[in-house]
Amino acid sequence: MGLLAKLLAQRIALGLLLLFLISIFIFAGTLLLPGDVAQQILGQTATPEALANLRAKLGVNEPPIDRYLTWLGGLLTGDLGTALTSGQNINEALFRRLANTFFLAFWAAIIAVPLAIFLGLLAVRFRDRWPDKLISASTLSTISMPEFVIGYILMFILGVKLRWFSPTAVGYRPDADLLSRLDSIAIPIMVLTLVVLAHMMRMTRAAILNVMQSAYIETAELKGLSTFTVIRKHAFPNAISPVVNVVMLNLAYLVVGVVVVEVVFVYPGLGQYLVDHVTKRDIPVVQACGIIFATIYIGLNLVADLISILTNPRLRHPK
Amino acid sequence: MTESLVRVRNLKIGATVYPPGGKPHDVEIVHGVDFDVRQGQVLGLIGESGAGKSTIGLATLAYGRGGVKIIDGEVWVNGRNILSTDLSDIRKLRGGEVTYVSQSAAASFNPAKQIMEQVIETSVQHGIYSKSQAESRAIDLFHQLSLPSPDTIGKRYPHQVSGGQLQRCMTALALCPEPNLVVFDEPTTALDVTTQIDVLAAIKRAINEIGVAALYITHDLAVVAQVADDIMVLKMGEMIEHGTTDQIINSPKEEYTRALVSVRSIDHPEKHPKGSPVLTCSNITARYRGTTFDVLHNVSLEIYPSQTLAVVGESGSGKSTLARTITGLLPPRDGKIMFDQRELSPDLPSRTLEDLREIQMIYQMADVAMNPRQTVGTIIGRPIEFYFQLRGKEKRQRVIELLDEIEMGKEFIGRYPAELSGGQKQRVCIARALAAKPKLIICDEVTSALDPLVADGILKLLLNLQSLENVAYLFITHDLATVKAIADSIVVMFEGKVQRYGRKSKVLSPPFDDYTDLLLSSVPEMRLGWLENVLATRKMESAGN
Repeated sequence: MGLLAKLLAQRIALGLLLLFLISIFIFAGTLLLPGDVAQQILGQTATPEALANLRAKLGVNEPPIDRYLTWLGGLLTGDLGTALTSGQNINEALFRRLANTFFLAFWAAIIAVPLAIFLGLLAVRFRDRWPDKLISASTLSTISMPEFVIGYILMFILGVKLRWFSPTAVGYRPDADLLSRLDSIAIPIMVLTLVVLAHMMRMTRAAILNVMQSAYIETAELKGLSTFTVIRKHAFPNAISPVVNVVMLNLAYLVVGVVVVEVVFVYPGLGQYLVDHVTKRDIPVVQACGIIFATIYIGLNLVADLISILTNPRLRHPK
Repeated sequence: MTESLVRVRNLKIGATVYPPGGKPHDVEIVHGVDFDVRQGQVLGLIGESGAGKSTIGLATLAYGRGGVKIIDGEVWVNGRNILSTDLSDIRKLRGGEVTYVSQSAAASFNPAKQIMEQVIETSVQHGIYSKSQAESRAIDLFHQLSLPSPDTIGKRYPHQVSGGQLQRCMTALALCPEPNLVVFDEPTTALDVTTQIDVLAAIKRAINEIGVAALYITHDLAVVAQVADDIMVLKMGEMIEHGTTDQIINSPKEEYTRALVSVRSIDHPEKHPKGSPVLTCSNITARYRGTTFDVLHNVSLEIYPSQTLAVVGESGSGKSTLARTITGLLPPRDGKIMFDQRELSPDLPSRTLEDLREIQMIYQMADVAMNPRQTVGTIIGRPIEFYFQLRGKEKRQRVIELLDEIEMGKEFIGRYPAELSGGQKQRVCIARALAAKPKLIICDEVTSALDPLVADGILKLLLNLQSLENVAYLFITHDLATVKAIADSIVVMFEGKVQRYGRKSKVLSPPFDDYTDLLLSSVPEMRLGWLENVLATRKMESAGN
């Protein structure tokens, strides 16, 4: 058990170190952003004195190192800072938005992950026959299209023409009942599912096919088991690790990469919040979003690592 | 006349081949084989690789590996032709009436599941036993196969038991559903001799007690002679000879069978050491990075010019580590390596080009030791270019000379490794080693992956080249017959220590230490009743102690 605990502790420590490095990158990166927040707030006609006053008030004149340390100190105590443009605490607005993003990502994942794995198993079962080719061709064509294109197409057909679902998420209210909330995000869910499906399905297929070459699969076949039992009981448990890795990457994408979809469907998620504040040059909000995205990304990959380690019988049951 | 359990008639099996550069096409690999197996009878299938032994064995489960297809013929098991029944019936047959034990149990067990779950899977799946019945039967079988802690071993995962134990677990897996026929496909080939004898004894006892019929597939006549009632000799998919074990071993009718029985015809008188040693290892101690135990302890040995020092031992005894230390791949923690009166620096990067040239290696797996995208000419030419800066015509001339020395013609220059047979590949590797004109060649299990007759040819070639080129060999092997054939002196290694060391005649003569005695007496001999004799002797000795 010692070995396992040591490995897990190592991974978690590495994740934290990575997060620290990323905080430096995010801070340095936002310093390089062009534009001036004071100009944005006061407009083109502001006098130089007014601009200088506002800059001093917002604290953007202090040396970067001091500002970084203050920011880092805030992060460690759970304070993401104050938005420059509105003067409000970022935490409240950000976590409200994050909850919305999670809501969308959760429902997209609930549909996409099982569907992708099932299609992957199906593709293996009918390998090189028409179901396999059909699955590969259709998922690959949806991943090849930019998500805003799929988004507008589905919006037009399902939302405008057929009127099955609401075409945008403008009417989304977090306090509404579940059904009407789902109605407003139905099309975004479909878009996200189509975007992440191919990747996970192809990886499931490849990982299982790789395992299917093993001698123990031949043993299982010579035991007289049915093809599906062989895949489910003998191939899948050994393919979990690569599949989990790609599933986690895509879950991370569902949270972090939804910016475009949120903007297309006017969904009040974290992505849109970020885009709004980039245009306003509101650096603290951009930094806060960046660090939250990085935490989610690293966190999910960490979970994938942990699952890989935990499903490895050699590590779980040392000699 | 008793009804036979298995009746195979005119069995023809084909496969799709993908020749390099050519179009894939179908070939016939088994050309109409007939045989019968009675209830409780053990039939040995013997032959070299490519003889179709495994393919025929798997055909009794209506299975073709990879692109292998059964083209024609009948395979009757329990009164029905399994080649013309439907898939659901075949699934009942597989794992129920006929079971399979493969060569590598380590690869044949699912690493993610406990042993017990896999052993009882078929019995439960086919409804032969309930889960608890099957488990108690499996535990009985573990007892019968003399596995350690038989009541709890099933709870372990495959990587937690040794190779020999896993091979016995696989036998239990095959016997658990009370099949009518078990196909043993080289079940002891991957094991050390000292482990092989235990597994062989366990399999034989289990077969006898249960009274199950078996097909025993192997390339090793001495092994099959211990377990089979009858033997069928196969060559290139054709039956050569079929008779009782006694007749095949003691009075073979066919030329090919006689060659198989009398293989290892090499008689190599040991040479006296002359001059000063070419290589001296003194008190070598080594361990791998990141580990906390030594793999080699105080190993000392000497090799004389144009002589062969054989290093024997089981897997894990440190043989290959010794080779890595001498070549500089693993610098020793302690000790000194002298080569030709000068001290070799322990690590590879600080050795001179001359040091590198004088020690060459030949490996067990010739096909992975060559770049598949280079021609034979490029492979052999590379060291000539690298060490002697020969190019163009001169290089080509030297490559042809070397091809001649390994008894292959210059028409091979443009061929790729995939176009060569196993023996030819190993010859090319020998030529590549010789191209550097070394004083010492380290041969690491160079004949282990080859068929006996081909291996014999390689050993003869190595001996000829030795007298021609005055090169010394450090010959690593686990096969004692090879050692007897080729060595001048012998090192027996056990757990990283030198157990016994000296001239061949001395090492192979009594009095023996316990380990060498165990090792020597475990080598199967080609006579009936050898296994029983050895086991009886060992029993008496342990009773005497």
